[in-house]
Amino acid sequence: MTLKKFAVTFALGSVTLLTAGATTSTAQSHVNSPDPLLGTPSVATETSNISGITGHAESGKHLYRRFCIGCHGPDGNGQGMNAQWIDPQPRDFTEATFKCRSTPTGTLPTDEDLYNAITRGFVTTNMPSWRPLNPQQRADLVAFIKTWSPRWAKEKPGATLNIPPETPITIESILHGRELFQKLECWKCHGPEGHADGPSAATLTDSKGNPIKPFNFSTGDRFMCGDSNRDLYRIFMTGLDGSPMPSFADVIQPNDAWDLVHFLRTLQVALPNQELTLWQSYKAAHGKDLKPIGPDSAGGAQ
Amino acid sequence: MSEKIRECANPMNPKWSRWKTILTCAFLLIAIAVCDVPRASALPRGKVMAIPAFARKYGLPCSACHTAWPELNNFGQVFRDNGYQLMNDRDSPIWQNPSYFPISFRITPSWHRESTTNQQFDTGNGTLTQAGFDLSGMDLWSAGTIYKNISFVLLPSSDPTAVWHFESAFIRFDNLKGSPWLNLRFGRFELDNLISEKRFLFLSNNGGIYQIYHFNVPGSINNFGYGDNQIGVELAGHSANSYTRYSVSVLSSNEGGVNFTTDVVPGAPPSNRTYDVNLAFSQAFNAPGAPGESGFGQERIGAFAYIGQRPTNYLTEGGTQLVGINNKPFYRIGFAGDLSYKNLELMPLFMYGHDNPYLGQFGVPGGSTLPAGAQAPTFYGGFLEAHYYFNPQNVALGRFEQINVGQQALNTTPGSLGNITAVTFGYRWYPIMFSRGGVALDGEFSRVRTIGVEPESGDGSGTVADPTAAVWSNSIYFGIDFDF
Repeated sequence: MTLKKFAVTFALGSVTLLTAGATTSTAQSHVNSPDPLLGTPSVATETSNISGITGHAESGKHLYRRFCIGCHGPDGNGQGMNAQWIDPQPRDFTEATFKCRSTPTGTLPTDEDLYNAITRGFVTTNMPSWRPLNPQQRADLVAFIKTWSPRWAKEKPGATLNIPPETPITIESILHGRELFQKLECWKCHGPEGHADGPSAATLTDSKGNPIKPFNFSTGDRFMCGDSNRDLYRIFMTGLDGSPMPSFADVIQPNDAWDLVHFLRTLQVALPNQELTLWQSYKAAHGKDLKPIGPDSAGGAQ
Repeated sequence: MSEKIRECANPMNPKWSRWKTILTCAFLLIAIAVCDVPRASALPRGKVMAIPAFARKYGLPCSACHTAWPELNNFGQVFRDNGYQLMNDRDSPIWQNPSYFPISFRITPSWHRESTTNQQFDTGNGTLTQAGFDLSGMDLWSAGTIYKNISFVLLPSSDPTAVWHFESAFIRFDNLKGSPWLNLRFGRFELDNLISEKRFLFLSNNGGIYQIYHFNVPGSINNFGYGDNQIGVELAGHSANSYTRYSVSVLSSNEGGVNFTTDVVPGAPPSNRTYDVNLAFSQAFNAPGAPGESGFGQERIGAFAYIGQRPTNYLTEGGTQLVGINNKPFYRIGFAGDLSYKNLELMPLFMYGHDNPYLGQFGVPGGSTLPAGAQAPTFYGGFLEAHYYFNPQNVALGRFEQINVGQQALNTTPGSLGNITAVTFGYRWYPIMFSRGGVALDGEFSRVRTIGVEPESGDGSGTVADPTAAVWSNSIYFGIDFDF
């Protein structure tokens, strides 16, 4: 066979492959070629703005198809092909309800909130950190995610929570936080020792009726929405929308919130921290004077 | 069946017409495409049960970790660098369903045609052409985590005749002292190549190797190939997003051989007792785009150096070789890039190789007198590879390679002997790219010119008819690459 015929064969094969590829890509839209994405309204114009980076939904669409569609689905409703195997279930973007926000409960998150969530991932879930994508790509994804719900066109994100400076970490602060843990009935879900074994733990469901587990402080070294004290403060002042974790912004004052933060850190026995050290010293000396947390300590934990 | 029909039905028969080959090939492709469309379309969403190991474990689609599998994108690189962990506190196998089993299979049934000119036969000289249906070797991949921050790979691999060896087998201690900059790997593994030959997109005989990764100057007794897995220990590290990466490896000087030999299958010569070192470093950065656009993508550049030794003689007993001695050094240095411009990916690589003069002289032990005109064999060259991603399921491929001998082992040898020029084009279409399995149709054409020596692919009769002339070796390849 001459080189010319080699080339003819190759060209013929390539054209056939190309034609078949294009045909099949169109035909199997419900399998792995998310054609519904192509019809998403306003996809070309939606943008995001994160610290000087402008994300473009049109670029984000291609990234979504590559990285996200398996879980979040071609329709953005969290019903990707893997959804049935995943616990907790992937986020349904059509509801525009997000756990990790810096905005009040019930409001839309900021672009930065979504960007941080993509960057950080969600510990103990199937959502990994997408830090390997560059900042522009993550901003593009934020822009595209906002095309799934009409809420983004009608509403603005809520006002960002103002987090006051952290109060000093003292044993008094921790003890007051312990009282709040009892009083606000955090133990009912998270358990008296933070082991996620409170009496209500087994009954919890998310906003879609799927079973959901409370955070286990004793094994986790990171929280769903960050790992710093400020992140922890933000979590219970904004709540985790879509989950049973409510916002306590209208219930406790900022100083009380910091006290609660300090106590919650003492439950993280697997993570060395200043609060835990202080608490262990105190317990060694006064442990027998402490009332156990739980239903028998309704009048206060101390 | 009449004799005539039998003859014409055999593609290896000289009476099989060239046009029948072309038409058969086209027919097969059309048949595959036509049959595949309704089959693929009928697959229900979320009910596909083909399960590659990592996709099954994490539920991510192939495209999350691969630009086009098996090539890794940066997310896949970070996953690999983290010891096959997503670092979401669910990586340890204790979190997996007990039925989870971390094994994947990969094999490629194919049709291919190989043709090599300037070959010597018992009946005279000419072109050796072979064609027909075939199988690739098979990989039986097992990889994952043994415990949090302890990962492993075990990759028994066979050739098409089911002769098995351990292509990779290592354990890796990840994130030592809680730092991604300290990871220790122990066993047999691929060198930390910026451009991996183990995870690339070409499958044909001639196009399915990076020529420079296996090149040695003609006559050299050095068996080193930069693309071959080596055995030893590697300290590696990376930044959180793997934009910065380094590795330092200390390896046995035996081309990854096992059982104190220089190969992974029985019958190889014994190894020596020295060690080689490989160093690799790369840095990625983001190239900004025009105002209002989303940038070009990630650009990565890197450099590498391999310093090794090979024996020039053997300690023997009764004529049996026992261990390699009189070792002489060699090195390979180079740089590479993985550059993106939106959907276009360009991968340049340059390498320079230098061997001790004794390694260029077969049968002359180190320390004895070299023949007149003996000199250090050197070579230089590389390749430029291009991928264009129409979408995650369709990618067009091209590669140009050039290797020149800088200095022959003997100064009387023609300077161009061994030079290689190669060009390869291909197209891969992934009709099935689920989170739990993958199929790719692969079409390639590769054309390699070597001066006076057999092609690196091994195609040909084994003897060049005219060592002063070029050998042209062509591959046409259509394969169905599947991963389960």
